[in-house]
Amino acid sequence: MMPSIILKTATRLMVGLILTFSVYLLLRGHNAPGGGFAAALVAGTGFALFAIAEGPAVVRKAIRITPQKIAMCGLGLALGSGLVAPLAGRQFLTGIWWIWQKGQTSELAIGTPLFFDIGVFFAVLGMILTLILALEEN
Amino acid sequence: MVADNDKPSIIGWISSIIPFGLLCALLYLLPQITAGHVIRVQLNWIPSLGIALSIAIDGLSLLFALIICCVGFFVTIYAADYLPRKATTGKFYIYLQGFLLAMLGLVMADNILAMFVFWELTTIISYLLIGFECELETARQNARQALLVTGAGGLALLIGFLLLGNITGTYDLSQISLQSAAIKSDPLYYAVLPLVLIGAFTKSAQMPFHFWLPNAMTAPTPISAFLHSATMVKAGIYLLARLHPILGGTPVWMGTLVVTGGITALIGSVLAMKASDLKRILAFTTIMALGILTMFLGGKTTPALTAAMTFLMVHSLYKSSLFLVVGIIDHQTGTRMIEHIGGLLKSMPLTALAAAMAALSMAGFPLFFGFIGKEIMYKGALTEELFPGFATTAALLANALMTAVACLIIIKPFLGALRKTPLIPREAPWTMWLGPVFMGGLGLIFGIVPDWIGHWLIEPAVRAFHPSMEDIELKLFYGINEPFLLSIATLSLGTILYLFKQPLRRTIDYVLRQIPIRFEHIYTGGLEGIAKIAKIQNGILQNGSLHRYLSIIIGSVILGVGLPFVFGYIPPDFGQNPYPSLSGWLLGGIIIVAVAVVVRTKTRLLAICSLGVVGAGIAMLFAMYGAPDVALTQLLVETLTVIIVSLVLLRLPRLKARPPRMPAGKIWNGILGVAMGALITALILAVNQIDLERSLTDFFEANSYIAAHGRNIVNVILVDFRSLDTLGEITVVALAGLACYALIQKRKVE
Repeated sequence: MMPSIILKTATRLMVGLILTFSVYLLLRGHNAPGGGFAAALVAGTGFALFAIAEGPAVVRKAIRITPQKIAMCGLGLALGSGLVAPLAGRQFLTGIWWIWQKGQTSELAIGTPLFFDIGVFFAVLGMILTLILALEEN
Repeated sequence: MVADNDKPSIIGWISSIIPFGLLCALLYLLPQITAGHVIRVQLNWIPSLGIALSIAIDGLSLLFALIICCVGFFVTIYAADYLPRKATTGKFYIYLQGFLLAMLGLVMADNILAMFVFWELTTIISYLLIGFECELETARQNARQALLVTGAGGLALLIGFLLLGNITGTYDLSQISLQSAAIKSDPLYYAVLPLVLIGAFTKSAQMPFHFWLPNAMTAPTPISAFLHSATMVKAGIYLLARLHPILGGTPVWMGTLVVTGGITALIGSVLAMKASDLKRILAFTTIMALGILTMFLGGKTTPALTAAMTFLMVHSLYKSSLFLVVGIIDHQTGTRMIEHIGGLLKSMPLTALAAAMAALSMAGFPLFFGFIGKEIMYKGALTEELFPGFATTAALLANALMTAVACLIIIKPFLGALRKTPLIPREAPWTMWLGPVFMGGLGLIFGIVPDWIGHWLIEPAVRAFHPSMEDIELKLFYGINEPFLLSIATLSLGTILYLFKQPLRRTIDYVLRQIPIRFEHIYTGGLEGIAKIAKIQNGILQNGSLHRYLSIIIGSVILGVGLPFVFGYIPPDFGQNPYPSLSGWLLGGIIIVAVAVVVRTKTRLLAICSLGVVGAGIAMLFAMYGAPDVALTQLLVETLTVIIVSLVLLRLPRLKARPPRMPAGKIWNGILGVAMGALITALILAVNQIDLERSLTDFFEANSYIAAHGRNIVNVILVDFRSLDTLGEITVVALAGLACYALIQKRKVE
């Protein structure tokens, strides 16, 4: 492990920013470039940086649950978001939307595809973390 | 043996409810079906393909179903005492009852694709049961042999069924049978027939596929009694009977079935005389019986088909009780080698009773059901349209040998002097002798009231696939005629053969040793050949060198995509403005320099970073030409790739000072690389020339915001319009991650 003070200090600042940016990418993905997959890659890069600077043990402690579980939860969330539609009598994976109208022109629409995208995010992130942490520890 | 093992298994008792309940239900249906009704149930299965899980129970289905449930019930309670209690006992009963249900599905399905699914299920469960004692190498090998032989037959059958569906436009048996004349005159008939026959012959152990059945005797004895004598091996017979009105009656059908069946019957009975393991003896006699059944289904006269159905029942009753008797002998004495047992009558009287009744039926002794079976058999053989002489002779010889084998089975183990066996013989618990005594007893009762059984079971079964108005009658005594004389001749010849069994066995042994070729050797040779080819192929394709893998992948893409492309070459059209802007030139320059670094550098880290630069440059190009989503993803993937690959590379041992690569190798790599690059470039330029189908794009553009509330069409497609694809992809991603993790952990352990 490289005991680089500069890398460590910079990482502490950067990781927070990178993770925030990934959440931003995730949420804006439906309307502008981004989305669950891209956001997961960004977050994964952030964790990779963290793992290089501080060591994989610190990252494992920070994320609390094992990355495999993160991936499986993501898969479960994506599957679950698809199962909402059959409950409402629609076909599996049909988007179900809740819409709040704000004034004449703007609206906030939240739907099952958002949760599907969050599921994609966690599935991909979990996979990247699994790989990076295992490789770092090897 | 541990005392606890002697207790019967509760789960066996509980699971016997399944066959018993089904048996009661079938008996309840019996009057309706005897009256000529067909009970139909239809469940939608794959409606979009017109495949329904349709069930039709007619006389033929019912005869088979009754045999399946009756033998299934006795075998289940028998196994409760027979099998030592182990952790795998539960699994055994799941297989057993699963098989029972699959077999019932097979004989009741009215849709040939549904029938095929059940057919394969029986093959798979048979595999699991033959290899049930999977600690034994031979059990595993024999299970695999049975699976490969019957499985290959199953594939042929599937093709045959699909062709049949193509000819008729339906997969429903009741619809197909309406078009039998059209099928027989179709040129595809000569493709359907052999395929279907291969399926039936492999399953029912006809020559030359018969070798798997004796080897399947490594299964626990209750399984041999159930699957490999009474039910599964009869699936092929069922198929032949079921398809008789559709494919049967032609000279090809008759010739193939009569000759194959006759030869199989002779081979089976000759080999049965030679064997000394009781279970193998019974297996060879089963082959004989299956041969006889096939031979009679080759005919098209009412007596021939009646003979097949009657003998089917006769055989199921006596053969499963004999198997169970052999199981009892094995269980109570510790051996089933015929030379090692004798004089068991005193210690096991009830088992001896069951064996005697079953064996007498098998020998075709008067008053037993087997006698009736034999009478009808000769009547059928004499009326065969094709080769009646051959059929009669084959039946006579096979039956005489059967009589001799029956004597062998009853006299050797039970009479004579008591011999020393591994365990001290004592009578089996009642659950074990009940089945053989009951089924042996049925053989006697049915022999005394044959007209009754003929009316209730045999006649409806024959009518189901042979709608003729001729009388079908089973009688105790038809008078002194040709069949009767043949029966007498059979019994006498059988007794003579038994008396001369020692010289006979030596002769068979000698003759067999003179025949250098064995069908089984063709199987093993084929299997070894496949393994050898696989090894050679693996040595070429999968030698462990990543360089080799990449060369093969890239090479096949160049050949597979490039060659057709060259033949249909479209010259590129650069349009009005063929030259990029200044930033485009600069990006291109950066990429080219990075590529040069990758090729020339001596350190891995620099190579991988430069590759990253190439990727990032391409991402910039995407961004320049208006694909921000693709650019973003490309950039992120490149970044992560560099991180992950460098994590791996940093852990590799240092590059050894190895001799410089052969220039030929270098040139080859260069050619591959340049060719791949040129191909991709040409493809992209060509794609621009083609009018792309825009209807999907238009749909997504129009509906993205209205239906899915998103302005980013790429994302809307991913998470909404095509979310099922995405779900599949992330599943693959997660699983690939787990697989990589397992590989890395494995390295760590090593």
